[in-house]
Amino acid sequence: MAGVDDHAVMFGNLNRLTAWARSNSLWPVQFGLACCAIEMMATAASRFDLSRFGAEVMRASPRQADVMIVAGRVCQKMAPVLRELYDLMPEPKWVISMGACASVGGVFNNYAVVQGVDRVVPVDIYVPGCPSSPEGLIEGVMQLQEKIRRGGRPLAPAMPPAGEVARA
Amino acid sequence: MNDLLEDLRRHFADRLSLLEPFGQHVAHLLYAADIVDVVSLLKARGFSLLLDVTAVDRLGREPRFDVVYHLYHLELKDWLRLKLQVGGDPPEVPSVTSLFKAANWAEREVYDMFGIVFRGHPDLRRILMPDDWQYHPLRKDYPITGVGPLPPLARE
Amino acid sequence: MADQGQSLVDPYTGLKAMELNLGPQHPSTHGVLRLRVRLDGEQVKACEPIIGYLHTGIEKTYEDLIFQQGNMLSDRADYVSPIINNLCYVLTVEKLLQIEVPKRCQYIRVMFAELSRIASHLVWLGTSAMDMGAMSPFFYTFQQRELILDLIEMAAGYRMNPSYFRVGGLMRDLPPGFSARLHAFLDGFPHWLDEYRGLLDKNPIWLDRLKGTATISLAQALDYGWTGPLLRALGVAHDLRKSNPYSSYEDFAFDVPTEQDGDVYARYKVRMREMEESLKIVRQAIDNLPEGPWHVANEKIYPPEKEEIAQSMEALIYHFKLYSEGFLVPPGEAYVGVEGPKGELGCYIVANGAGKPYRVHVRGPSFYNLQALPALVQDRMLSDVVAAIGSIDIVLGEVDR
Repeated sequence: MAGVDDHAVMFGNLNRLTAWARSNSLWPVQFGLACCAIEMMATAASRFDLSRFGAEVMRASPRQADVMIVAGRVCQKMAPVLRELYDLMPEPKWVISMGACASVGGVFNNYAVVQGVDRVVPVDIYVPGCPSSPEGLIEGVMQLQEKIRRGGRPLAPAMPPAGEVARA
Repeated sequence: MNDLLEDLRRHFADRLSLLEPFGQHVAHLLYAADIVDVVSLLKARGFSLLLDVTAVDRLGREPRFDVVYHLYHLELKDWLRLKLQVGGDPPEVPSVTSLFKAANWAEREVYDMFGIVFRGHPDLRRILMPDDWQYHPLRKDYPITGVGPLPPLARE
Repeated sequence: MADQGQSLVDPYTGLKAMELNLGPQHPSTHGVLRLRVRLDGEQVKACEPIIGYLHTGIEKTYEDLIFQQGNMLSDRADYVSPIINNLCYVLTVEKLLQIEVPKRCQYIRVMFAELSRIASHLVWLGTSAMDMGAMSPFFYTFQQRELILDLIEMAAGYRMNPSYFRVGGLMRDLPPGFSARLHAFLDGFPHWLDEYRGLLDKNPIWLDRLKGTATISLAQALDYGWTGPLLRALGVAHDLRKSNPYSSYEDFAFDVPTEQDGDVYARYKVRMREMEESLKIVRQAIDNLPEGPWHVANEKIYPPEKEEIAQSMEALIYHFKLYSEGFLVPPGEAYVGVEGPKGELGCYIVANGAGKPYRVHVRGPSFYNLQALPALVQDRMLSDVVAAIGSIDIVLGEVDR
């Protein structure tokens, strides 16, 4: 552990160390929408115990959180609010889209439901299910941890132009 | 229950018809203007719960809309459904909010979803859809996936 | 959203008032409810609930699906007790079809409806205790709720939103070994109910914040269309399971718990006792479960068994018809009200002879119960708002549909 080269290696390690630390202390926003929110609560509760994965500290304020679990259908009236919550979160931040509704609109292909939350915020992990089972959400959290450990968000995802979303 | 319905028939004579599909009591009102009188009579006779106000769009029929009320009698333990037809543009029905506060949100929902205007409602605004929404989604001529561009997102 | 306070002068009173925005993202609004509260100091001068943040277009989507598929939408209206929503929907369609399901099916339906009521009350208990600052009941209640979800998963194949009840019957009969597992739950649960009471009943904070909070007069409650536990906490023993029995509820012996005070504590006590009564009903249902068929013997409504499809041409045709066009429902309209965990859950269906409903309307009890919130918190402390929301047990999926 000496010499300049080792310092370079140390820098690399620090990045990995940060990523490792971040991945193991994900703080989700306490933010539920519909059915999946109940399963999210169940995931945080005694049986599934999300704290085993370091992601149980649900913060009521988005400013203290770094992962948003979009649990449930996102409706037209809610979409701007959701986007605002996302904007309030400090970088780096990640989004898990939980369940069919958040991912693609689910069974509700209608006027009221945004057909996938990725039209509003960039999504890192999609968790299937209607609603996703707690095991599914835990798998999603683990995948996200893996992704963060690999170097956070690799690419800035394509965002809809400011002020509007493309129609399905 | 039968006495009560008989009473209703006596008061409103030919302006009201009573039916019993599937053993449920239904009163059809001929004139929308009667609704406040009918509901206040029923309330005085012990129908203490206004459970629900909703509407049905009968596109292609004139008058176009059915407005449907469900009341419950706590002593007689039975429901009564009131139905009236309403047309015109915009369709107008007198509000029953002065008799039941429960009607407040219910009528706002019907206004939001069908565009039926409740005259005398204290605060007739959209309730479920965003305030700047332009259509009435539960009308039959409104496609299920919506029309036009989506409303813009709040801000950058 | 974070609470954004802003000082302003009340145009009506001239007093300096503060307008506070709670929600749609707020830890204690049980979903995406938004409240605009006008405060004088800590006293609530006005409160306006703003809803619609979870408007899903469920009623419109019903019109696009065949009757049997529509059942799945009823799950997603009140997702805390999906099974009771299934029950309400299938009973309404069955009324339109003028069919009655066999006794065994009715008993199984009652059993699951009551389990679902317990599960719903457990979610309410855990979350509303958490709102009051008591963290542990949440973990205790969810642990028992998991056991109920396991039972549902065992029978229906999925934990939440199972669509177990189908028009004309059930998805399938009870699986082997179900009874033993249910009995294990029934035997264990009373102990846990005592445990919850032990955590809360003598807790001075819990009592202080609940007793005398968010009261309303009976006349007002009726005016707002209150039903269910909220009305029973005001001394009205109105329960549709007793007054207008459906699905063989008349066969079961149970009490309708009532309280007189009409405050948050009375609602808590009513719901706690309701869980006991539900437990009684479930026990009676499983112990007296009749043998026999568990769906109607009408292939035009309920699909034939899988094995039969492989062998019989007619069965194949019925199966194909049912899963493409669905069964046709004769023109007519019906309303069925059932006793949901939150109050009278109603379903109003208009059929026009097609395989899809012409109009479906769901009377969500939360929608009407929530309407009274401004009256509940008028001139009270801001912290009482949280207690009041918890006590009326809203589910936004049902409010906004």
